[in-house]
Amino acid sequence: MTIGVVVFPGSNCDRDVRWASEGCLGMSTKFLWHETRDLGGLDAVVLPGGFSYGDYLRCGALARYAPVLESLLEFVRNGGKVLGICNGFQVLTELGLLPGALTRNKGLNFICQPTKLSVTSSRSTWLKDHNKGDLLCLPIAHGEGRYQCSEDTLFRLQDEDSISLRYCNNPNGSVYDIAGITNSKGNVLGLMPHPERACDPLIGGIDGRGILNGLLG
Amino acid sequence: MPQFQARVLVSLRPSVLDPAGEAARSAAQRIGVEGVSKLRIGKSVDLAIDAPDEDEARRRLEVLSDRLLANPVIEDWSLDIEPLNHSNES
Repeated sequence: MTIGVVVFPGSNCDRDVRWASEGCLGMSTKFLWHETRDLGGLDAVVLPGGFSYGDYLRCGALARYAPVLESLLEFVRNGGKVLGICNGFQVLTELGLLPGALTRNKGLNFICQPTKLSVTSSRSTWLKDHNKGDLLCLPIAHGEGRYQCSEDTLFRLQDEDSISLRYCNNPNGSVYDIAGITNSKGNVLGLMPHPERACDPLIGGIDGRGILNGLLG
Repeated sequence: MPQFQARVLVSLRPSVLDPAGEAARSAAQRIGVEGVSKLRIGKSVDLAIDAPDEDEARRRLEVLSDRLLANPVIEDWSLDIEPLNHSNES
């Protein structure tokens, strides 16, 4: 079982993810340069946090046309699991794999702090280690994490039970306190908090392990 | 090949909160400019494009605006286009 971590120019959490997935959880992990189209042999792919292509134009707007993501669309169609963290979540919305968009934090500040989240759906295998209503503490670190979507999209997300994580104290103005969502099939999860930064007790908690375990579940 | 110049204006949809615009609006008050009841920040993109005719140039720039320059989920865009140099056309 092997997972791939996409590396865009400007990604800065790629090595954190590998440290967590391989170092803490023992998963075989390899990096995927943004120009590759080969996703052969991979069981799951992570789009890490950072500032892909400098986040020029809009967060994730240029990354969505990276060659590796053309292959990713097919990977997702075939049921492959994809986890987008922070900038990775922004890329997934730009790609259209997840609905909505991430916009400038309501308070304009870049927010970097531990954040309480509630598990609001355990429909997908991403949160199989948790029950609905569980509370998690994961770090957030973003300037543009305010989730926005139309009312219709919000209703659809609710109907499909696709809202995985909600903030207990909404830090950025996201619609319906949304911190993470899945696609309707459930094989794609995007979230603003950083589970890879919460996988070792030494740095303050292991609440992120469940989500990363979902890569192979 | 005729050349055209164009400007694409990208703005946040009216329903989307623009906190940067709100911050700039309060600064307007601070410097004593009264009465500014709305201030929303967008992007202006200047382009030059070679195309066989204006319709084709417009078609290409519409694709570009819709797929790259703006995110239709949160943004609207408008396009202005005009020939850059008539003397090149025969």
